[in-house]
Amino acid sequence: MQSPISRTRSPVHPQMSDEVVAEASHLSVVLRGRPVLEDVNFSLRAGEFVALIGPNGAGKSTLLRVLLGLIPPTAGSVRVLGQPVDRGNPRIGYVPQHQTFYESTPLRGRDMVALGVDGTRYGPPTPGRAQSATVQQALDDVRATAYADMPVARLSGGEQQRLMLAQALVGNPELLLLDEPLANLDIRSRREVVDLVRDISRVRGIAVVFVAHDVNPLLGCMDRVLYIANGRAVIGPQDQIVRSDVLSDLFGFPVHVIRAEGHVLVSTADGDECH
Amino acid sequence: MPLTEILQYEFMQNAFLAGTIVAIVASVVGYFVVLRHVTFAGHALSHIGFSGAAGAVLVGVSPIWGLLAFTLLAALAMGLLGERLEGRDVAIGIVLAFALGLGILFLQLYTAYASEAFSILFGSIMGISRSDVALSLGIGIVVLVALSFISRPLLFMSMNPIAAEARGVPTRLLSAVFLLIVALAVSEAVQVVGVLLIFALLVAPPATAMYLTPRLYPALSLAVGLGVLETWFGLILAYYTDYSVSFFIASAAVAAYLLVRLLVWMGVIGNVLPAQAIEGSLGS
Repeated sequence: MQSPISRTRSPVHPQMSDEVVAEASHLSVVLRGRPVLEDVNFSLRAGEFVALIGPNGAGKSTLLRVLLGLIPPTAGSVRVLGQPVDRGNPRIGYVPQHQTFYESTPLRGRDMVALGVDGTRYGPPTPGRAQSATVQQALDDVRATAYADMPVARLSGGEQQRLMLAQALVGNPELLLLDEPLANLDIRSRREVVDLVRDISRVRGIAVVFVAHDVNPLLGCMDRVLYIANGRAVIGPQDQIVRSDVLSDLFGFPVHVIRAEGHVLVSTADGDECH
Repeated sequence: MPLTEILQYEFMQNAFLAGTIVAIVASVVGYFVVLRHVTFAGHALSHIGFSGAAGAVLVGVSPIWGLLAFTLLAALAMGLLGERLEGRDVAIGIVLAFALGLGILFLQLYTAYASEAFSILFGSIMGISRSDVALSLGIGIVVLVALSFISRPLLFMSMNPIAAEARGVPTRLLSAVFLLIVALAVSEAVQVVGVLLIFALLVAPPATAMYLTPRLYPALSLAVGLGVLETWFGLILAYYTDYSVSFFIASAAVAAYLLVRLLVWMGVIGNVLPAQAIEGSLGS
C-alpha cells in the first residue's frame, strides 16, 4: 500500500543523524521500596526506531514515565532533547496503553485529535479548531480520515489507537513514545501498525520508542532493540541482542533464542514442561 | 397570549429569570459532569447542600449561603481525598454520610419551620426575590467564566487522562477546581428544583443532548436549549395547575431523555453522521 504520508520534514532515515534525542546514564528507579530499573544506560538518536522489549513487569512503562518526567530517577541521570526531563515537554509525543471509552462518550475522533493541539491551553475554546490543517494532516498520516467524524467510542480498538497516535503527532514531536500499541490487536493489524509507525518515523524524522512484550512483529523494522529484564537493559541491533548468550546474561538464567522461518522464540533453557 | 399574563407578576418574572439562568448554567456544567462520569459527586453535593441549607436556616441566614459553604467545602474535601476513579466514590460517600448526619441534627435542633426543609428538598422557585435572581446571575457568570477558562484541559483529561497528565495538564488540581464549579452550579440549581431533583437540570439535558450529536458545541447548545425549555414548561404548567414546578421540570426532562433514547434505539436518529457522509469521506 502506497503511503500517503506527507513530508513535513526531510527524511532522516536510513542515514540517521548523530544527534541524541534521549539519553540515560546509570539510571535507577525505586518505586515503593522495590527496585524497578537498575543502572540502565542507553542513548537514542534522532529519527531512530527503537523497540523496547521485555517481559511483563520488567519496567518498560516505568522507563517511558521517566522519559516523560512523570517519575523522577532515584539515581543516575536522564536527558531528553538535550535537557533534563520535564513533565509536559511538547517535543515528546506519547500514546499510553489502550484505554476503553464509555459507549456514550460524546466526541468525534477529530475532536479528540485536536486536543493534542490545544488540550493544554487555557482560556475560552475556539470553535472549528478540529478542522485545522495540522489535525487533518495527522489524520491523513495515520490513515484515519475515513472515520474521523465518527464518535470515538463507536470505533474499534485499532482505530482508536490510530487516533491516539494522531493526537500525539499534531504537536510535531521529535520523540514518540508508544506504550504497548500492539496489545489487543490481531496478528495482521499488528504488522500494519508497526509499518505505519515506521513510515511516520522515517517521513517525519521522529525517533520512536515502541514498547512491546513480543519482539516478532518488529523484526526487521526496528533500527535497534532495547531489551529490559530484571530491571537491567541492553541496547543494540536485533542480531546482537536477541541471542541466547546476551539474553541469558540479562535474565540471569539460561534462555534459548530459537529462530524459525523468520520468527524468534525466546524460551527458558529447560523448556516449559512441568517437572 | 398566556405568557404576557404570566409575566405581569413579579414573582413569575423572577422565577423565569432565575429558572433560565440556572437551566443554562446547570446544562453546561452538567455536560462535563456526564462526560467525566462524576454524576455521583453531583448527587452527593446537592444532598450535602441540604445540610448546609438546614444549618443556615438554624443560624438565621438565607439557605443559599449554607448551600454554598457546605458544597464548596465538600467539593474541596472530595478533591483532596481522592482523584483516582477507584477511590473517588468511596471518598464521596464518606463525606456525604457525615454531611447528611449533620443535616439531620440541624433539623432536629430547628423544628419550627418544616416548610423551610420542604422547600430546600423540592425547590422554591416561585418564592424567589429579585436579589436572589441577581445572586444567581452572579454565581452563574463566575461558573461559566471559570469553566470556559479550564474547558480545554478539562476536556483533554476527561477524554485521555494519561496522555493529558503526560502533556503537563495538572489533572489533580483541575479535577478539584471542577468539583468547586459543580458545587456552585448545584447550589444555584437547588433553588429551582430542590436537592432531590437536581439531576433533572444537571444530568438529564446534557445526557439527552449527547445522544443526538457527537460534536461539542452542538451538544452544549442542545443541552442548554433542552434545559431552558423544560424549565419554562415546568413554570407555565405550575402556574396554571398549582402543582409543583419541580415535578413538571423533572417529568419533562425524563420524558425528553426517554423519547430520544427510544428514537435512537429505533434507528430514527443517532449521534452518528448519515451513512452517505461517511462514504463520502472514505472516497476522498
